[in-house]
Amino acid sequence: MTRIRSGAAVLERGVPGASPARMRPRRVVIGFAIALVLLALSIIASILVGTREIAPGTALAALLSPDRALTDHAVILDLRVPRTVVGLLAGLALGLAGALMQGVTRNPLADPGLLGVNAGASLFVVAGVAWFGVTSSLGYVWFAFVGAAVAATIVYLIGSLGREGATPVKLALAGTALTAAFTSLITIVLLADTQAFDRYRFWAAGSLVARGLDAALPLAPFILVGAVLAIVAARMLNAIALGDDLARGLGQNLVIARIVCAVAIVLLCGSATAMAGPIVFVGLAVPHIARWITGPDYRLIIAFSALFGPTLLVAADVLGRLIAQPGEIEAGLVVAFLGAPVLIILVRRVKLAGL
Amino acid sequence: MIRPLIDRGAGAAVSVREADAAPLARARLQRSRRERRLVVVLIGALVVVAAFSLAVGAYSLSVPDLLRTLTGQGTQSESFIVFSLRLPRLTLAVLVGVAFALSGALFQTVLRNPLASPDIIGVTGGASAAAVFGMLILGFGAVATSFAAFAGAIVIACAIYLLAWRGGVVGYRFVLIGVGVAFMVQGLLGYLLSRADLNDAQGALLWLVGSVGGARWQDVAVVAAVLLALLPVIRVLGARLRALQLGDDLARSLGVGAERTRLVLLVIAVALAATATAAVGPLAFVAFVSAPIARRALATGGLALIPAALVGALITAVADFTAQHLLPGQLELPAGIITGAIGAPYLLWLLATSNTTGKGA
Repeated sequence: MTRIRSGAAVLERGVPGASPARMRPRRVVIGFAIALVLLALSIIASILVGTREIAPGTALAALLSPDRALTDHAVILDLRVPRTVVGLLAGLALGLAGALMQGVTRNPLADPGLLGVNAGASLFVVAGVAWFGVTSSLGYVWFAFVGAAVAATIVYLIGSLGREGATPVKLALAGTALTAAFTSLITIVLLADTQAFDRYRFWAAGSLVARGLDAALPLAPFILVGAVLAIVAARMLNAIALGDDLARGLGQNLVIARIVCAVAIVLLCGSATAMAGPIVFVGLAVPHIARWITGPDYRLIIAFSALFGPTLLVAADVLGRLIAQPGEIEAGLVVAFLGAPVLIILVRRVKLAGL
Repeated sequence: MIRPLIDRGAGAAVSVREADAAPLARARLQRSRRERRLVVVLIGALVVVAAFSLAVGAYSLSVPDLLRTLTGQGTQSESFIVFSLRLPRLTLAVLVGVAFALSGALFQTVLRNPLASPDIIGVTGGASAAAVFGMLILGFGAVATSFAAFAGAIVIACAIYLLAWRGGVVGYRFVLIGVGVAFMVQGLLGYLLSRADLNDAQGALLWLVGSVGGARWQDVAVVAAVLLALLPVIRVLGARLRALQLGDDLARSLGVGAERTRLVLLVIAVALAATATAAVGPLAFVAFVSAPIARRALATGGLALIPAALVGALITAVADFTAQHLLPGQLELPAGIITGAIGAPYLLWLLATSNTTGKGA
């Protein structure tokens, strides 16, 4: 294991802030504690912050001994708890999916949005809404799965054609091109169908409130399975980070590793997209923040991504409520505005292999 | 061995020994012949499409009728149909196609990246967001919307350039930052669309697809003026562009200030994209695919700006004609639907095949 780690450390030397191996334990423990505190804070903020001011005591009472006759309790239980849960689930899914994608493609720019997976899920959801009259999120999710799988396959196939295999640039290229293509097809479908457009425009903004708890909870099992697969995949990703030849030499079956990751990515991205719309940048930013604390070990990166993903999305949702009072801004939009600078900083600072 | 030397065009000749000059010259002659042939074919195709666009419609003219009308001897109604309805529309489609195609070709060549096209890196996206903001929030009419679109494209392009600047602009950094900005702009668009009244939002969606319908001579004049002003500059800077393709160091040794040339060419490219988007909305993929198609048809690499421009004109003209007549009856589609539906699969095929031949990325 040490060999793998040091090998991976060499590979990842370009990442800023990657700490030397011996410093890692303390940094990881402190980081983990901070991550937990941040997650707790974002959840508390998400329960307490809103147009209607509710005292912490009342909020606690609403959670412990709910009385739906009281407006305050109803607001907490019917509005704020559901959107928090949706944010936690979707954030978890997107953070893990981003980490998996970056690991399996050895690509620091991998993100469900950048690589076209969200666009694929969106296109199929839109087709489902427009042509098959799908309205429930359990109905959405199958379309989202198929779309995510189709898009991921196309991007990976096109990106890995040619001599050098799947380089970051070629994957990003294929992903961006596919996104452009799918966006265009989505517009064609929407232009012909006013009702579908009306539903789509709210879904596409990346809102955590749009469909509530009844729609989100049925998707939780899919995310759970995806999360378990992500944990299983972590060790494989460490091997993959060494390069195909070395990984094979260490006894890692690359086909199985890629299939596990692909299934997990499709489950996670598909459910997150069906739940909250096509949200970009969470999958990009979260693993980078995690890697900055943990170094290159994917077991830790996955664990931290599972904490940072929900924190980021829930915090973005709270921020969206704060900046536009008395209205609010969708979490997806807040994340896009927070995430674009992260991408820009990454691109400016990191020397990317193959770029 | 000859191929790569030719591809590098003018600059490579400096490093070529005397003995190689003869085959090089022959090869270059061959290329220019090939380019000329392609240009003739494209113009021929454009004339055919133009004839169809002018003649076919709810009131169809025969070819002799059309010729008679064009020379000013048609009946009053024929003249009205051709000169006030169909000709401005066709002209606008052709000009806008040229503008988009040149913009894409310049971006792709200057930044040396096939993804660097105004529709991918958020320049037309910026135009769209500004235009939709104008339409939905400020209640702009058509003219003001055009101005908003133009301003949006310029602002976004400046932002990307400044953010990508780090002692110079490198292609991949520019593109990736552009992609990031494009996502941001997309988010903003989504927000605007979800806040508006459904009818207004649908109007905005229609604009976002891009349509040449309802073109007036004023629109044509604006685009034509911009093209007339910029085409000579592009022609003059073409040689420097060729030197830039060799890489910054070589370009500098040939006496071309790399960064300044790049900036000027990018400004021109942005102006072209902004003008075209302001006139008809962001027609999907025209900027993106025109230059690669032209280059592929030539099969010799090189700049191929003129063929690229003609390919762009042909694409928009054909797309608009198809959009007008695809559905039975008087129902017509916006041209952007056609360019999007055809451009999307073509783009993927282009990526797939260029990767296998090693020309991708």
